[in-house]
Amino acid sequence: MSTSVTFAGATLPNGDVANVVVKNGRIVDMGVDVRADEGEVLDVSGLRVLPGFVDLHTHLREPGYEASETVLTGTQAAAIGGYTTVFAMANTLPVADTTSVVEMVWQRGHDAGYATVRPVGAVTVGLEGEALADLASMANSRARVRVFSDDGKCVADALLMRRALEYVGAFDGVIAQHAQEPRLTIGSQMNEGLVSSRLGLTGWPRVAEEVIIARDVLLAESTGARLHICHLSTAGAVDIVRSAKARGVRVTAEVTPHHLLLTDDSALDYDARFKVNPPLRTSDDVLAVRGGLADGTIDIVATDHAPHPTESKDCEWSEAAFGMVGLESALSIVNMTMVETGLLSWADVARVMSTNPAKIGGVGDTAGTLEVGRPADLVFVDPRVHRVFGPEDLGGRSANSPYFGREFPGKVVHTMRHGYFTVRDGSLIDAESVRSHAFADAGRVEDNG
Amino acid sequence: MQHLLSAADLDKESAISLLDLAEDMAETADRPHKKLPALRGRTIVNLFFEDSTRTRISFESAEKRLSADVINFSAKGSSVSKGESLKDSAQTLAAMGVDAVVIRHGSSGAPHLLAHRGWIHVPIVNAGDGTHEHPTQALLDAFTLRRRIHKNHSRGKDLAGVRVAIVGDVVHSRVARSNAWLLTTLGAEVTFVAPPTLLPASADSFPVAMVTNLDEILRQRLDAIMMLRIQKERIQGAYFPNEREYTRVWGLTADRFGALNENTFVMHPGPMNRGLEICSQAADSPSSTILEQVANGVFVRMAVLFSVLTGNEEL
Amino acid sequence: MAARNVLQATDIQRALTRIAHEILESNRGAAGLVVLGIPTRGVILAQRIADIIAEIEPGVHVPVGALDVTMYRDDLSQTPSRVTTPTRIPGGIEDSTVVLVDDVLYSGRTVRAALDALTDAGRPRAVRLAVLVDRGHRELPIRADFVGKNLPTSHAERINVRLVETDGDDLVQIAGD
Repeated sequence: MSTSVTFAGATLPNGDVANVVVKNGRIVDMGVDVRADEGEVLDVSGLRVLPGFVDLHTHLREPGYEASETVLTGTQAAAIGGYTTVFAMANTLPVADTTSVVEMVWQRGHDAGYATVRPVGAVTVGLEGEALADLASMANSRARVRVFSDDGKCVADALLMRRALEYVGAFDGVIAQHAQEPRLTIGSQMNEGLVSSRLGLTGWPRVAEEVIIARDVLLAESTGARLHICHLSTAGAVDIVRSAKARGVRVTAEVTPHHLLLTDDSALDYDARFKVNPPLRTSDDVLAVRGGLADGTIDIVATDHAPHPTESKDCEWSEAAFGMVGLESALSIVNMTMVETGLLSWADVARVMSTNPAKIGGVGDTAGTLEVGRPADLVFVDPRVHRVFGPEDLGGRSANSPYFGREFPGKVVHTMRHGYFTVRDGSLIDAESVRSHAFADAGRVEDNG
Repeated sequence: MQHLLSAADLDKESAISLLDLAEDMAETADRPHKKLPALRGRTIVNLFFEDSTRTRISFESAEKRLSADVINFSAKGSSVSKGESLKDSAQTLAAMGVDAVVIRHGSSGAPHLLAHRGWIHVPIVNAGDGTHEHPTQALLDAFTLRRRIHKNHSRGKDLAGVRVAIVGDVVHSRVARSNAWLLTTLGAEVTFVAPPTLLPASADSFPVAMVTNLDEILRQRLDAIMMLRIQKERIQGAYFPNEREYTRVWGLTADRFGALNENTFVMHPGPMNRGLEICSQAADSPSSTILEQVANGVFVRMAVLFSVLTGNEEL
Repeated sequence: MAARNVLQATDIQRALTRIAHEILESNRGAAGLVVLGIPTRGVILAQRIADIIAEIEPGVHVPVGALDVTMYRDDLSQTPSRVTTPTRIPGGIEDSTVVLVDDVLYSGRTVRAALDALTDAGRPRAVRLAVLVDRGHRELPIRADFVGKNLPTSHAERINVRLVETDGDDLVQIAGD
């Protein structure tokens, strides 16, 4: 195989047009007339080149729930969505609360080669919220865990949360909080409001999210620790984070594509594909989180890609699982809700989908920036193409996307990880080829120490 | 009318037609031979995922009065208790060739899924879903009210100007929801009365007034007061402190009943907690419509089943 | 579509008068008679026949009512049903002679349904059938005892019975295909 590729005529995040030269897994040159002295020249005129996306919030489901997703299939979905790094959430079976589980997940990702897989460690043993997990051991493992989260569950105990925030400071870790006050959300099914009242579905009050975020920014403020808020969904939560940042609290926040686009009236048909945690809110909240992402209050977009088998969604709403797949549709939705509305530039998209999540996740030194000398994690996007989203656009094992039949602007054309293609011309490269590239790459670009 | 899923789906004209049809059904009850052959040869399944003997036997009576073949399918002891999904139950019934499904389910929206997911293509009647709706209960309440007010001249009448207070655990009540839609569609003015913890989260959810002071409502002209069953489990959810306080502040006590205008009807969907939300004096008084409600339930269910199964386009 | 008038107002009046006389004759007076119309126009015709009987035999009161047959139709599962109308049977039908009245007798299926409905309402001594128009094409072994006018028709034709009470005038038409 050729180890050099010249991407000719790419539109950089800042709008400049340049050639990008990749050799031996790294970006070796960027400029108007530069090209490699050998290898393929690929015309990418009209396409945006962005640093490969980094998803701080992915559920790969392995180990334990391989019927929904595996590290392999989840990272294939990621590649289709333009992602080159994903953070795998800890709510697997067994829970990723020990060195062995996080190393296994890391190894699977490393071998599959579709994306850099960084396991997230559980904050508490078994996500039970009672005792801290082996945080430092996971940090010191081959998986080099830096993000810790009980996602799916909230670290509701204030003492545990405070201790965890302080403790992970020893290795520059961060606690990613799933903000959901458990007692305020007993049996909750969807956003509390007009729609939940009419449908007779137990409401999920905004304050259940906000009360935890408010508490945790105060804990972070008092300890000086670093806090990350997962999938922020309410206008009130945006205000809390905005004022905390103004005071200098070390807090970062994420929003999901679905909270940028969808509202709670999607539930009117009792279609459980729209059942998600935290729930879809109202249009006021949607506008507030878009505003928060635009003004930097919200740092990143994270997918909360949550695969579930058909039977967990093709059922009564209250019986259905929470969550939706999102890796493959994220870029289109960000384009639709943020770029086409003029709220973000493409340079901003690079920041919120790649640079910032890489920094928060502790991989900023290798991922998230388009720079000569860095590993060639690249995504090429055609922002002009419109497509009707369908099951064929998914790359993972589960099909619980709420977007089928919607017309989306923008599409990932090529994804390159460490100098080899994982997606080319919109098609996934086969697993065998990717694995062999990844194997060859392991000795060249070592991103995991 | 293809299905009956929500009282909100009925417009005034179709609601009145249904109530008029129920009047015709009621007349047959006085005849020596009560059975009508209308649904002879049609099979109706009562698919009850939630125990409710009252509602099931009411539907079953209605079905038998119309000569339908009845299959009772209850969750207990069936494949449902072995974890069979709603989808599989529905597809099984479809394969058996049933003609209509009456469904009672603990999950809001389950009847909607049966009607719209393509698992089964027969008329679906909602017999109570979760905390969503119970449209036949609202129909029988409206029927009962209309008969009390207009007596033998009920046919064709609406409930314009009729003032109804619905008191109690509104937020968890499918009866309150269905009545809010149907009674207001028929022109009634409905007020929800409950502690703030038991009122819907959004005041705009229903076309009704929402207040917390029962005594203030009782001082106004009121044509009917509908007391909802309060479940003691709500105490664990901190919706109210204890039963005694609930009764004192939101119950239809003997004192409150004594002060009530004698023309105000006392309604309750049953089963009652005597001494909790309603006193025996009220429940057993001539103002009480509680037993009529039960009797009328059969007639409105006959009307509903007849309409969905004979595809009456005017309803 | 061409419509041909076959009975004018006076023809209808004359036919009903003759039917009233025939009913009294066959019943040997008005005793025990109950006249029940099948909605919608049969009810009007039943009332008119009862009124004529009252003129012929002053002082005699013949109970008139309506018998809704919707619930007894045999085509409920095939065609959308009509809205039901109340059944009214003043005084009941036990041991009486019921005269069923309808505007047009065609397949006989409506009358079949009416006989079933009547059975559920009680046990009359005898049941007779009076129709304004018999257009033939019976599908059941049913015949009318009293007929205003026999009108041979084809299946494609349609009989329109118009009555003052519902339609503003009295007229029977055949509408061609």
